[in-house]
Amino acid sequence: MDQNVDITLTVNGQQVSRRIPARTSLVDFVRYELELTGSHVGCEHGVCGACTIRVDGQIVRGCLTLAAQADGAVVETIEGRSDSGEIADLQQAFHERNAVQCGFCTPGMLLTAEELLAKNPKPSRDEIREFISGNYCRCTGYQAIVDAIERVATERNG
Amino acid sequence: MKPAPFAYVRAETLEQVFALLDQHGDDARILAGGQSLMATLNMRLSAPTVLIDITGLSDLAHISTDGTTLRIGALARHNQVMESAEVRELAPLISAAMPHVAHHAIRNRGTFGGSIAFADPAAELPAVARALNASLVLQSHTGTRTVHANDFFLGLFETALEPGEVLVGAEIPAIADGERTAFMELARRHGDYAIVGLAVQGRLDGDSFADMRLSFFGAGDRPMLAENAAAALNGRANKEATLKAAQDALDDDLDPMADLNGPAEMKMHLARVLTKRALAQFAA
Repeated sequence: MDQNVDITLTVNGQQVSRRIPARTSLVDFVRYELELTGSHVGCEHGVCGACTIRVDGQIVRGCLTLAAQADGAVVETIEGRSDSGEIADLQQAFHERNAVQCGFCTPGMLLTAEELLAKNPKPSRDEIREFISGNYCRCTGYQAIVDAIERVATERNG
Repeated sequence: MKPAPFAYVRAETLEQVFALLDQHGDDARILAGGQSLMATLNMRLSAPTVLIDITGLSDLAHISTDGTTLRIGALARHNQVMESAEVRELAPLISAAMPHVAHHAIRNRGTFGGSIAFADPAAELPAVARALNASLVLQSHTGTRTVHANDFFLGLFETALEPGEVLVGAEIPAIADGERTAFMELARRHGDYAIVGLAVQGRLDGDSFADMRLSFFGAGDRPMLAENAAAALNGRANKEATLKAAQDALDDDLDPMADLNGPAEMKMHLARVLTKRALAQFAA
């Protein structure tokens, strides 16, 4: 059987069509085919969360999702969410609270934080910790990340 | 790592799935949410030549009930199950377990049926299925059969699914009046596979335990129903001596495997500790 597939999907608002090996993960697809390298490849088995990508409005593991499965889907990467301006406050807070050190986990953290605040606009610190529990950060010790998300939640609630 | 090459088919009907399974046999794997399968493919623990993606079969994603039985389609996503009011009302044990099933992003894609069919002995849902006396609905081109959860999990990642069969859903008896539940697990990080955990459903008649079902995960080569511990509890008062007898009975119920988390003896100890805590939660 053919080990290649034809896919057409929307990535960050643009329709793209490609013929790719069926085994291509969604994160490798956006990185190597589309040169959107903000989504990072860490563990490749769903543990670290660095590859977080939005598919049809929900965050998923880019390493545990095949690009073939995203055929027909609306895909958004950190580049698209950043350009939208909708997470500018989160990015600013991460910067100011020093929630970014090496930056490897940051795109995944931001997309995860965005989904948390969309579902639960006033999370407690425990709820923030639980929601980001699927995203590893090896630099910050998480405290600053929780601080940044908490601050944005407070600010957004005026 | 990257998976070995494979062909990919997005199935549009179950008949097409059965035909592909007939054609490719063991070389084909069914892809549902993929949250366990893709990890094993990425690590090349498995190298199928064809992946049959069934996530387009939206009929299998429904959660429904007639009031006495809760039906969860195999393709219901974890977060869909977690947020379901019907599940919370009729099978609160599932609702209690769901926050422990991996992390939010994984729950967005992972499926109820996928977790049960994968049969990881450290996963929550197979153990919950046994605690609930769930039945699993298996379909092939020759028909449909229903297998009790006690008869479904046969060993390490091994189930009663025959070649050519697909798990299409689960049937769960609604919680009865007076039934209580408890769910508890130990994990190094919230959302990771448990070191050991248990799901409990049963009753308290006055101060006495009754109809207890204690189902452990991370405590053997499959989800383990602790029948000796249940026998030590049933008909006896919720007192220190009863709890101690149930803890002691676990030696005959569980058979944990040593792994990176520690030796079997440590897991047995943790199972005893968790049992007491879970029964306190159960009775509270």
